[in-house]
Amino acid sequence: MFKSIIAGKVFKVGDDIDTDQIYPGRYLYLTSPEEMAVHVMEDAVPNFYKKIEGEDWIIVAGKNFGCGSSREHAPRAILCAGIKAVVAESFGRIFYRNALNVGLPTVKCSGIVKEVQQGSLIQINLKEGLIFLSASRKTLSIEKFPLQLLTILKSGGLIPYLKKYGKYSHLKNI
Amino acid sequence: MHPLQQILARAAGREEVKPGEFIVSKVDLAEINDLYLQVLLSFKEMGGDKVWDPQKITFVMDHYAPAPTIKAAENQRKMREFAQEQGIKHFFDINRGVCHQVMPEEGLVWPGMILVATDSHTTTHGAFGTFSTGIGATDMAAVLLTGEIWLRVPEIIKINIRGKIGKGIMAKDIILYIISQLGTDVALYKAIEFDGEAVKEMSLDERLVLCNMSVEMGAKATYITPDKKVWDYLSQVKHQKVQKDMSIKKLGEKENEVYESVYNFDISKLEPQIALPNRVDKVVPVSQVIGEPIHQAFIGTCTGGRINDIKTAAEIIKGKKIPPQVRLLVIPASSQILKKCIDLGYIQILLDSGATLATPSCGPCLGAHEGVLAPGENCISTSSRNFPGRMGSTEAKIFLSSPATVAASALKGAIADPREFF
Repeated sequence: MFKSIIAGKVFKVGDDIDTDQIYPGRYLYLTSPEEMAVHVMEDAVPNFYKKIEGEDWIIVAGKNFGCGSSREHAPRAILCAGIKAVVAESFGRIFYRNALNVGLPTVKCSGIVKEVQQGSLIQINLKEGLIFLSASRKTLSIEKFPLQLLTILKSGGLIPYLKKYGKYSHLKNI
Repeated sequence: MHPLQQILARAAGREEVKPGEFIVSKVDLAEINDLYLQVLLSFKEMGGDKVWDPQKITFVMDHYAPAPTIKAAENQRKMREFAQEQGIKHFFDINRGVCHQVMPEEGLVWPGMILVATDSHTTTHGAFGTFSTGIGATDMAAVLLTGEIWLRVPEIIKINIRGKIGKGIMAKDIILYIISQLGTDVALYKAIEFDGEAVKEMSLDERLVLCNMSVEMGAKATYITPDKKVWDYLSQVKHQKVQKDMSIKKLGEKENEVYESVYNFDISKLEPQIALPNRVDKVVPVSQVIGEPIHQAFIGTCTGGRINDIKTAAEIIKGKKIPPQVRLLVIPASSQILKKCIDLGYIQILLDSGATLATPSCGPCLGAHEGVLAPGENCISTSSRNFPGRMGSTEAKIFLSSPATVAASALKGAIADPREFF
């Protein structure tokens, strides 16, 4: 279900967090959401899954989040674990595509890492293109989602989009 | 337009495309490997029944060859069934090898084509003058459904590599050096073209290494202008019907207008390079890590498992024994390469030295099986990634290098400079 306002607590990670760390190779044969969710970020942050239990979290990362392998397991596991969105200075391109396709909101925001602390509350407004930081009362601009891809995101991902439209009609007509 | 943009324009049915534009492109070849059962699940979920064109799809069982767990075996079984149902003839099972080596060998790669695969190292095929890019499972399911993919037209970065390649220096040394200088996100959303006298001098197999490793700089695709070496190779492989005819216009005078940036490297004085744990851009000359003890040495993968890689190792190790505390793992990238290396005596030489041979596959590259690392172990590898936990324990250390350096290090039981063997 697409939400244009997303709120959560910041889980801060560094630069170049690759998809091996987000979802390790030894679990790639798994396909069920429940089995995959428990291994999310396992090699990036020890006990990550335990740490995010019970609350709404947003991962805030440095540059090149999701670089490396094309495994769709990475954004799927993040989504299945209940994380609301990922905000980063930049994203690995295959991860960015995969996140869009599975319906995980990804937001590019320059300069966010130095503005937030672990555990602080932020609110993303996809419609206005802004992030509100509760602790400092600051508002940051985010890179607006490309128009052509917005329909996919709003549909909740590529599967619902194609179920509805059958082909990439929206991208051809813009 | 740059050749890659010409390829995209043609595939999208457009006269012209510009960087930053979104297009919908027809796909010439779609490859799926055995990590991606999700492709089939997403395909069914989006209402897929029959694939758009079974001739343009290929499956390669390479990451779990042979299947190490019941679940992996089940995933492969489902893929075999799907391929059968859909009439997909290009199905390469666990006996064939790594997808990026198998596809060119099977005549499925041809200049001017659009190739997508569920694997990030798909950039490898830019060395054949193609637009080749990695995608995820659901993107691939959409390709199976529609035969199309949306793409953002990339800017092009040019990397000129000049100078004479020194003895004992391989393409892997060159690309590791370049990555360390330019960084892991210099080519994010962009494509990289390689040119220059050193590239022209390199064999096709060595050029594949440059293109393969480019994804570690964030590249969407790569490009090397096809020359005689490419056409000679292609004339030897049996071609399938997916080939496209090549009519790419050369750039001529407009050359410098099409590149967003140009980087020049002179590699004449380059030393062998090592990427230190845990980053592919943390690269130092081998002299800085000589003597670091090694427990496992790995020669293989789509980055370093080809004939010349195994030949180089055999020539360094010939007649000698690797120390008992070292495991030298040799995994040729394809069954064709394995057979050729057996014929040429390289496998015998390596086995005599104490090496361990495994079936052509991705092996331990991604930590799935066939040589996973224990905590506290050091591994030197011809593969492409050394992130924490990549090949097993997060407390193992992975050093990336050329096949020559891996072989020399295996022999010494510690990281060594291969040039003393040349």
